[in-house]
Amino acid sequence: MTRAAHDAHVLIIGGGGTGGALAHDLALRGLRVTLVERGEFTSGTTGRHHGLLHSGARYAVNDHESAVECIEENRLLRKIAPGSFEENDGLFVAITDEDMAYLPGFLEGCAASDIPAEQLTPEQALRLEPMLNPELKAAVRVPDATMDAMRMPLRFFATAKRNGASLLNYMEVMGLLMHDGVVSGAGIHDHVTGRDAEIHADLTVNATGPWSEKVALMAGVDVPIRPSPGVMLALRGRLCNMVINRLHASGDGDIVVPQRGLSIVGTSSWVVEDPEDLGVPQDHVERMVTEGSKLIPAVATAPHRAAWSAARPLIGSRGEADSGRELSRTFKTIDHAAEGGAEGFVTITGGKGTTLRGMAEVCADVVCRKLGVDEVCRTRETVLLPHIAYFAA
Amino acid sequence: MTTTRGFRVFRFSRESGPSRFDVFEAEVEPTSTVLDALRWIRIHRDPSLAIRHSCLHASCGTCGVRVNGREGLACVTRLADLDPGRVTVEPMANFPVMTDLVVDMTSFADRFPAPHPATRTSDVPSSAEMPDGIDAYERFEDCIECGLCLSACPVVATDDTYVGPAALAYAQRMLEEPRGADVGPILRWADADNAAWRCHAAFECTEACPSNVRPAQRIMQLRRTLTSGGDGS
Repeated sequence: MTRAAHDAHVLIIGGGGTGGALAHDLALRGLRVTLVERGEFTSGTTGRHHGLLHSGARYAVNDHESAVECIEENRLLRKIAPGSFEENDGLFVAITDEDMAYLPGFLEGCAASDIPAEQLTPEQALRLEPMLNPELKAAVRVPDATMDAMRMPLRFFATAKRNGASLLNYMEVMGLLMHDGVVSGAGIHDHVTGRDAEIHADLTVNATGPWSEKVALMAGVDVPIRPSPGVMLALRGRLCNMVINRLHASGDGDIVVPQRGLSIVGTSSWVVEDPEDLGVPQDHVERMVTEGSKLIPAVATAPHRAAWSAARPLIGSRGEADSGRELSRTFKTIDHAAEGGAEGFVTITGGKGTTLRGMAEVCADVVCRKLGVDEVCRTRETVLLPHIAYFAA
Repeated sequence: MTTTRGFRVFRFSRESGPSRFDVFEAEVEPTSTVLDALRWIRIHRDPSLAIRHSCLHASCGTCGVRVNGREGLACVTRLADLDPGRVTVEPMANFPVMTDLVVDMTSFADRFPAPHPATRTSDVPSSAEMPDGIDAYERFEDCIECGLCLSACPVVATDDTYVGPAALAYAQRMLEEPRGADVGPILRWADADNAAWRCHAAFECTEACPSNVRPAQRIMQLRRTLTSGGDGS
């Protein structure tokens, strides 16, 4: 039986890029949407990333699925969020013989994933980016770009709000409303007023990234998430205009992203139990400088602006990963009823900033199927409002 | 090496009456920032403490506060750089407080002439010749909309109708590089009583700006443009 979209109320827990994109998708389909976030929107993982719009090339060799997701979303986001990206492209730079051995497989992987990849000579690369390590042996140009890690996702919030979604920050979920194995909403605490309340919903979506295991436990179900933090270092000054990547298997300090007047060096990777209080290990910061300066020597001397950590929500069971590098960057929607757990409760997790729209589409399809709502996704062709509309609405 | 540091933090809730200061002792490291300490307090002492933050590296502009009376982004204000003793943290001035250190940013957006600029694509040349080094790539798009210039501005403090430094810096940036836009309406907007001529040239905005936009210098340039008949050069 189909039900009218406006009769269905969905509660989204988590105001990161995933939750925002899901609110936008469901609001476009005509559903009633409430999103709750315990702090400011994008304050968990989304806003802290280095600002890379992935071309997918980083995953071209080892993670074909993620590579394809990234290039598709890369093309789509440029269309629906014009003005949110520096159209600066990226270079993958080979420094050592070992890097050169990685090159043929890299080019094949890019071709197999439909990622445009143009091989450049060292001279061509240095003409584009004079501050690169002059010892480079080769470079490959790919359609990476720089985004604003907060303002690009905020456009999904702005558009969802305009389409009627209720977006509530400083609203923390204290527990789920459950009866006979069915989730029917959440008990929340409003940090602005100090009041407690209940929000009732036909379906509740857990979009809390690295916190999704904790929230799933409130429904007595397991989400195999490995919070995997990475350290990033912001240097003063633009050391490059393109995104500079090291041409080798994913490793520490192998990317420099120019972001306004800063250059961001990332990242490291380890695995934690609790995504709350990550700390910034000083040896990781030093590794960003050591490894980053192999790409751009000026990284060694540029003044530091900030160093911080963010936790990726990688999918994997305990014991499966030591550093997090082994885990796929793809995403997963879990219908907990289908897995014998709670009814009325769906988790969307994994993924990355670049794939937020695609994650939302897949999850919204599951949500609509479960609710009997027959509406198709319209986010591929809907141009998003500017981020400032979020404040002006 | 972990030590403790005292904090006086502004607290306010619309439901529970007048504002107050709460005192906390936070565990801090030699490299800790004001935001690190506030997050530590929220996690370990008082989960009801409301703070804004997102990127943690002076790129998003959400964590603007006043630390010991001076405007700054909490994420890059290092405790080691402050005077010894207890640190006082207050929300930005000249914005309505929603709760604790969180202000309502709606009025920031309202000050700009339409259409609002801030998401236009940054100008990145296709071939990177760097005539004057990387400093030549300074762009208005460097504005991170944090509001610290408005918090620091002595004119905004007494006259809320003044559009303030961020919007005027934007106007000047548009005149510098209109990219085909009609600059006539921007010049008329900037020439109004509550715009470029209302500035008292205190330069507090430039002092407060964490992103090198230098609003005060841009306002001075904007005045020169207005008096010279508006060719923007």
